[in-house]
Amino acid sequence: MAIGQSRISRLVLPIAERDHTLGAPNAPFTLVEYGDYECPHCGVAHPIVKEVLSRLGRRLHFAFRHFPLAEIHPHALRAAEAAEAAGAQGKFWPMHDLLYENQRALGDPDLLRYAEHLDLDLERFVTELAERTWEPRVREDFMTGVRSGVNGTPTFFVNGVRHDGPWDAETLSEALLATPRVPVSSMGRP
Amino acid sequence: MAKSKSNGQADETGPTGILKPGARAPAFTLNCTPDQKVSLSEFRGQPVVLAFYPADWSPVCGDQMTLYNEILPEFRKLHAQVLGLSVDGVWCHGAFAAARKLHFPLLADFEPKGAVAKQYGAYRYQEGVSERALFVLDGEGVIYWSYLSPLGVNPGADGILEALESLQAATRPA
Repeated sequence: MAIGQSRISRLVLPIAERDHTLGAPNAPFTLVEYGDYECPHCGVAHPIVKEVLSRLGRRLHFAFRHFPLAEIHPHALRAAEAAEAAGAQGKFWPMHDLLYENQRALGDPDLLRYAEHLDLDLERFVTELAERTWEPRVREDFMTGVRSGVNGTPTFFVNGVRHDGPWDAETLSEALLATPRVPVSSMGRP
Repeated sequence: MAKSKSNGQADETGPTGILKPGARAPAFTLNCTPDQKVSLSEFRGQPVVLAFYPADWSPVCGDQMTLYNEILPEFRKLHAQVLGLSVDGVWCHGAFAAARKLHFPLLADFEPKGAVAKQYGAYRYQEGVSERALFVLDGEGVIYWSYLSPLGVNPGADGILEALESLQAATRPA
């Protein structure tokens, strides 16, 4: 019954094959972001993550996971599913960028426009959105976030531990480099 | 049913000052809307999550109450009732709940100010607001788990879910 008073929130699901990642799979440092395409703070974080990736280069492995706050952001879940549908056609990151660069235009016609722009198989894209093909995957991301102590968007896990406090490029980079490496990536294992 | 003993005694609070597991949860009746009251005793027989928080309108996406709102289906699976408590008044709670589309009650610990938070050892006298303190109560109204978060840190929901699952396992042996 006794559960400790002090708790550190840790990532319950390490970066794995299932994830959409950037950077080097065998990098010593890992950054995981739980984000929502309609969240303005996540929009602010978007170029910051790119800056951190460019600063750390091959030393960083980054994964993005969905955490749509669907009650306050009516387009967030749909947008996350659209990113996954694009991902199924090998275009997760280009769609991810488009969504964050156009946060005020996330309605269905907009999503279709982005899919067209990315030259996706539109019939497949539309069908997968209509059939909610990727909703379970988005929910899975969401629940791993809940279990890891995600407390809003964006939430970052720096080397597997929840990062509380400011997340400008300087602070995030320093936190990544300062935390002792912990085995959080299961990628590249036999 | 036995009336709860006087609370806030030294043996019932841990080093953080909030009531600790094993203590009986102090009873309360508070307004959740201008004409509706909620009593803790209404939820006897099911787990209750009490989430004390400093104030409505925290300026981030996905503040603590918004997060719990998104996770309500998980709490329901565990048959738990979530109640948010702060010293904000009913009108403030109403506007906040409407803006964030909250589907669980926010209770106004407003007059006398912070009276319930004080009973749980979760009041900050200097600032005049509740601590960010979480309590999971069992179906008998006894505190099963409690956690005091640093004021500026939203504790998330992982600890609550773990406590509710552990409670469920403890009360329903296989």
